[in-house]
Amino acid sequence: MTKVLKTSRRDFLKIAVTTGGGLFLGFHLSSCESETMVVLTDQEVLKGALNFNSYLSVSPDGHVVIFSPNPELGQNIKTSFPMIVAEELDADWSKVRVVQANLETDKFDRQVTGGSGAMPHSWERLRKAGATARHMLVEAAAKRWEVPIASLSTADGEVIHKESGRKLSYGELANEAAKIEVPTEVKLKERKDFKIIGSPVKNVDNQAMFTGKPLFGLDFYREGMLNAMIQRPPFGMKLKSVVSDEAKGIAGIVDIVTFNNNVAVVGKSTWPIIKARKLLRIEYEPDGEVESSADHDRLFTVLMDGKEAQVMRQDGNVGEAFKNAAKVVTGEYQCPFLSHSPMEPMNFFAHVREDGVELVGPTQTPERARTETAELLGISPEKITLELTRLGGGFGRRLRADFVVEAVELSKMMKAPVKVTWTREDDITGGAYRPAVRYRFQAALDAEGNMVGYKLRGVGMNAGNCTRQDNFPSGAVDNLLIESVEHKSSITTNAWRAPITNFLAFAEQSFLDEVAEVAGKDPVAFRLDLLDKAKKNPVGEIHYDIDRMKGVIQLAAEKSNWGKKEGLSQGFSVYFSHRSYVAQVAEVRMTQGSPVLEKIYAATDCGIVVNPTGADQQVRGGMVDGMGHAMFSNMTFKNGVPEQKNFDSYRLIRMKEIPAIETHFVDNGIDPTGLGEPALPPTGGAIANAIFKATGKRLRNQPFVEQEELKAFQMGERM
Amino acid sequence: MANYKLKINNHDHEIEVDSDTPLLWVLRDHIGLVGTKYSCGISQCGACTVHMNDEAVRSCTLPVSAVGDNRITTIEGLSEKGDHPVQLAWDEVDVAQCGYCQAGQIMSASALLKKNAKPTEEEIETAMNGNICRCGTYHRIKEAVALASSKINRS
Repeated sequence: MTKVLKTSRRDFLKIAVTTGGGLFLGFHLSSCESETMVVLTDQEVLKGALNFNSYLSVSPDGHVVIFSPNPELGQNIKTSFPMIVAEELDADWSKVRVVQANLETDKFDRQVTGGSGAMPHSWERLRKAGATARHMLVEAAAKRWEVPIASLSTADGEVIHKESGRKLSYGELANEAAKIEVPTEVKLKERKDFKIIGSPVKNVDNQAMFTGKPLFGLDFYREGMLNAMIQRPPFGMKLKSVVSDEAKGIAGIVDIVTFNNNVAVVGKSTWPIIKARKLLRIEYEPDGEVESSADHDRLFTVLMDGKEAQVMRQDGNVGEAFKNAAKVVTGEYQCPFLSHSPMEPMNFFAHVREDGVELVGPTQTPERARTETAELLGISPEKITLELTRLGGGFGRRLRADFVVEAVELSKMMKAPVKVTWTREDDITGGAYRPAVRYRFQAALDAEGNMVGYKLRGVGMNAGNCTRQDNFPSGAVDNLLIESVEHKSSITTNAWRAPITNFLAFAEQSFLDEVAEVAGKDPVAFRLDLLDKAKKNPVGEIHYDIDRMKGVIQLAAEKSNWGKKEGLSQGFSVYFSHRSYVAQVAEVRMTQGSPVLEKIYAATDCGIVVNPTGADQQVRGGMVDGMGHAMFSNMTFKNGVPEQKNFDSYRLIRMKEIPAIETHFVDNGIDPTGLGEPALPPTGGAIANAIFKATGKRLRNQPFVEQEELKAFQMGERM
Repeated sequence: MANYKLKINNHDHEIEVDSDTPLLWVLRDHIGLVGTKYSCGISQCGACTVHMNDEAVRSCTLPVSAVGDNRITTIEGLSEKGDHPVQLAWDEVDVAQCGYCQAGQIMSASALLKKNAKPTEEEIETAMNGNICRCGTYHRIKEAVALASSKINRS
């Protein structure tokens, strides 16, 4: 075993949980110390490490092991959470090893990745975990030196007695400190004293990712493991019959079994399974409504004009307001179903044994996976272990446990460890989509162009409440009515990154632009006026912070030099969602008669920025995601069968299609909120508003590239 | 089933598989090199990119029977110590979000720089346009390719 050498801050030791056997690979890439590849088992990493609390252990050799409880899918929580613990501990970051925790509900709360909720949930907990351990280390030093605690300070993993110049490393104190009573109250750092929080810290898995280490669920391998793929029925259909003799004849196929309308091909390796699937002859029969996209369009119209709707919010009297209006503005917006399509397709490993169940893989909701497994098998959850791998993206798709339960079913049937893998086609055609939604907005303006009435009805396909009734401009309009209608479709839906708001924000922010245009007002001034009105005369409850929303609007306007650029058409959008505030300005230039999207500015308020490099990534990535899906992606159906099956027909954004992006953050010291979702919702609106400014064409439906409004233009790579 | 002798990352491997087995599944299932990723299976996303000799190829649609004597390099064999200029640049720019596509991105980028050590922005975009990143790390990928180029030209 190679000794771990001293590392610089930039090249800190990286630890990666590998699948299989629980190995930890730790190594760094410092060019002058290139012989430092170390491979440590989990026992070795934790050897002699003294547990201070659920989040951290300290080894006598000075290394600090920080456990990251939440699933990591690219939101960078595996780096930002340990940064917070290390900050309050005053650890030397180069000696921090990050370990992905498994599902351990007795140690951790909310081991979930979703809703941008981890950071606000855990901020205080993580700080206290670090501060508590720091206090114990200081107290241990005070005892050893027989000096008052107040005379001691800490820095970079050492307790310092300034008066005498003495120092002790945390490693040297770990044994004594671990025996000290855990303090119930600890003082947290002042923000001005932060050294790690607020400085850019690179992803702790960089080296493992960039050298191809087995980090992901799909990389998991267990001796004796069987592989399986599953043919699932189209929407609204059930299994009638299957002829599998020919498929069974493929070398390497172990068995072909059916369960819950699924046909599973089980084999020793992947390729024979893919080949065998093609030889299956399966017949399905209707089991409910078999829907096509044309049915959805018809349903949208019927339900939009229907009498039935759930009233989500009502302020004042919209009937009067619209009757007396000087002008009425109406706009209808529609989006399609969308697949999540993370780059790593769904997969999970399960081993159902007599004495319990072992689960390994990528899930956003490990506890749900365990609960559903326990329910399926009728056993207690304590008999189930779940090891979290890194997730190759999630976007909400891995909030479901369907693919986990499939692996459990098959492992039970086969009496063997089984890994279920979905192909890309399975993923794109497999449902759990972002719901298709249509919105109808109406605004009543008085003679001065003030918005005195606002109506929104949303119709969604399995979308639940497809409005967010308390979002801006609610609270700023005297007469307001928000209604929601849901059609229960056979096409399955699920939360998709920034659920509902991923399209609602586009529709709301585009419609506000339409209203500002009719009112003859500047889009930024129009929004600020509404916010001022909400501040002075709030209507009903206000669920957003008016000053923070104004803050991002002003920052985006300032950074983009709003309204003062020659030859560029700017579009504005602002949204408060998933606890953070983001305003965006998109810039379009007419080039040879066609619109080209050149740049988008983003101003974000997520409170304290824990990791600037990670925060920039989340905002940037959210915007690229919002842009790509607004412009290109579409799911359509014919008789319950999706018409897009892979990336040749289901279009995702590519490098040539991205504009420049500039990110800015409000510095206000407020406790941090999440960033996985909030930057996505405003992007489509900013782009559509800029295109309107440039071309006079109002985009109301997605994906943009398929709309009539853009047919007249030469669409280059950037629009 | 047929027997194939493959040169992968400077090692010889002998495997027994069907002739139409894509190189991707040979690497992942039979040799245990799982750094090369499956994502689309139809050469649309680039997650499975490896080098055949020095060219970037999509291993998900390359049948093992077409490999012959050609040298295959995967992400695991790009450098011995993870210190290829592209890998170093990827770390320095902190490119990844979920990371799943990044091995394929790195293999496409390193093949580009082998042929063209000083690519223009447009040449970078053209070479990298076949690699999808669902997290949207494209800006940083571009930046990292440019940085790797400067590292190569400096050394």
